[in-house]
Amino acid sequence: MSESPSRVIVDGAIVPNQWPLMPLPALDEAVRKQAGKVVLFRLTGEHPYEPAQLAALQVPAGHVLVPLAVWLAQKDALAARAADGEIGVCIDTHELVEDLVASCADINVFPVIAVRFERFADGRGYSIATLLRTRYGYRGQLRAVGDVLRDQLFLMKRCGFNAFAVRADRDIEVALAGLRDFSEPYQGAVDDPQPVWRRHARN
Amino acid sequence: MYRYDSYDQRLVDERVDQFRDQTRRYLAGELSEDEFRPLRLQNGLYIQRHAPMLRVAIPYGHLSSKQMRMLAHIARTYDRGYGHFSTRQNIQYNWPTVESVPDILADLATVEMHAIQTSGNCIRNITTDQFAGVAPDEVIDPRPLAEILRQWSTFHPEFALLPRKFKIAVSGTIQDRAVVQMHDIGLEFFRDDAGRIAARVWAGGGLGRTPILGSMIREHLEWQHLLTYCEAILRVYNRHGRRDNAYKARIKILLKALGKDEFSRQVEAEWVHLRDNPNTITQAEFDRVAAFFAPPAYRDQPAHDAGFHAALASEPGFAAWVRRCVQPHRQPGYRAVTLSLKPTGIAPGDATDAQMDAVADLADRFAFGEIRVSHEQNLILADVELGQLHALWQAAREQGLATPNVGLLTDIICCPGGDFCSLANAKSIPIAQAIQQTFDDLDYLHDIGDLELNISGCMNACGHHHVGHIGILGVDKDGSEWYQITIGGKQGSDASLGTVIGPSFAADEVPGVITRLIEVYVRDRHADERFIDTVRRLGVAPFKAHVYDKRADQEAASV
Repeated sequence: MSESPSRVIVDGAIVPNQWPLMPLPALDEAVRKQAGKVVLFRLTGEHPYEPAQLAALQVPAGHVLVPLAVWLAQKDALAARAADGEIGVCIDTHELVEDLVASCADINVFPVIAVRFERFADGRGYSIATLLRTRYGYRGQLRAVGDVLRDQLFLMKRCGFNAFAVRADRDIEVALAGLRDFSEPYQGAVDDPQPVWRRHARN
Repeated sequence: MYRYDSYDQRLVDERVDQFRDQTRRYLAGELSEDEFRPLRLQNGLYIQRHAPMLRVAIPYGHLSSKQMRMLAHIARTYDRGYGHFSTRQNIQYNWPTVESVPDILADLATVEMHAIQTSGNCIRNITTDQFAGVAPDEVIDPRPLAEILRQWSTFHPEFALLPRKFKIAVSGTIQDRAVVQMHDIGLEFFRDDAGRIAARVWAGGGLGRTPILGSMIREHLEWQHLLTYCEAILRVYNRHGRRDNAYKARIKILLKALGKDEFSRQVEAEWVHLRDNPNTITQAEFDRVAAFFAPPAYRDQPAHDAGFHAALASEPGFAAWVRRCVQPHRQPGYRAVTLSLKPTGIAPGDATDAQMDAVADLADRFAFGEIRVSHEQNLILADVELGQLHALWQAAREQGLATPNVGLLTDIICCPGGDFCSLANAKSIPIAQAIQQTFDDLDYLHDIGDLELNISGCMNACGHHHVGHIGILGVDKDGSEWYQITIGGKQGSDASLGTVIGPSFAADEVPGVITRLIEVYVRDRHADERFIDTVRRLGVAPFKAHVYDKRADQEAASV
């Protein structure tokens, strides 16, 4: 399934998708099992691709979301395009946000950073987004891509995502409503750091 | 107790709407099983052996009489006339339909209740001591901070999809009754040298397949920092906890892999960035919440009551009940009363709709309209006048709620087991009932004295078998049900995990094994020594010898 739907949600509006995600070659992996169950999630910090393989990949022209592993392997060659604002980076949930931050002088060089959810149930992406916004001062577009579904949009928005590439087989108009599931959350988070008791006088 | 304001109410109302829509989409085929599963679990809805099971939150175990009547109404209207009070201060309904769950949640919302985060890989119901606010040994009333934690954890966006479930318990007493050491985070409140409220922070405890008692990762945390410090712990866990293997995904495995020192270092490094952020609790918010837990309007009472003492002397049944079911209280002339949900022949923790209504009436009549639920699966009326105890006993007895067995061998903690739960390896309720029938002689039971017997139908350990003085675990051997026995487990400040006595037993052997264990205790105990003390003094060997010798005798006899 394509992870670059034709339309995306940006700042609450449905717009054409101008940042296609560069696909990675399929991994030739044997099915991994733990305790008799198929492993669904990679461990944090795992590197499934060979460096030479990543260095040899062709990065498409124009605006493009480059997987973090490719960016790390080719960042010198891509530096000029990055400076022109053509390059966004896409981090997988098992990758370390610290690797992205360490790879460039200023992460705000990227107009878009995407977090790719291989599976929607992988909550690591929420910490990645929160860290990018709060600790590393990222101000550009923060986009959720991959297994992005209506019922997680509200949580994602609270963690600092402002763009959503809803899974292509789902109705993006319907998904948009997910951003409004709750009106007054309890705790402070990225979208509003003030908890309800600081936002309002409670009685 | 805490009452919702418009913000609390709006949140649960919006949750009902959200879940109604999710359920509609699921039933219409717009949401797959895999997509609906985490959504329904975060609303306490399991798909079970016979029917769905719905788990409703009872935050830190507090209920009003009005809420209890709603629980009765739900049992009557959507279920088969009963509910099961669980070991984590929740109530479970075993027979609702998926279609009816949104209506149940809507009914609950009218009495300020919900099923939010009662299951799933998220922060679960916050639990505490059932005697919070009334216990004589209490230093800090943990309820205001438990409520503040409840609100903070409700739909916390960053921690909605953790590697695995996450349980937080709080306590504020000298003798821990909230089993803080067997939780993912345990917060033990105390007053520090400067007179401030502070917490000892335990992390990485848990039962289940790999039982581990928690490690104290911080000896002193001022109350204002509770939420930000928990955020630091949870962020380290959310990022680095294993997700490749559900059996190794709890925070205890991460803590063990990193070692306590390295884990603590990572948490502290994270907290440097979070400390003093706006989730830092203000005095004003603490005071606002604490005001809800002000003591009820106690009447000035003498410390003694002539009628009470006369009844104690003349009615042995009443005296036995007082000895087991009445607990001390910080207010002179008041007592806390435990209504046992463990009569012989009933699944431990089960209550009928009529009993729930009756408890609500008793609470209104005797205890300021409030009820507590304990992790031992009993109900508590926390504020009863000494002079009213006899009348309460009579009324409770009519409802089958005055079995004088609290803390005794038949006050069994027991999960629903293979009769209901699709995870279970073996049935647990029939085992509990068989043991209760074997030990039906009250005089003998009282002679055996304090003994905690806990039963789990599988290694997920919902029945807390590892910390039972006697623990029984259902195991699967080639498709048939067997039971492994441990002794020497204990909850509390001096918690320990039980030791397996040897090869497991068939179901019909279990009551006999318990009898043999008790025989060793009665034979070898010192005066005033509890079962657990005898086990700790002697070790497992004499118990093991007696149990398995007996087995050998029987096998020899049957040849």
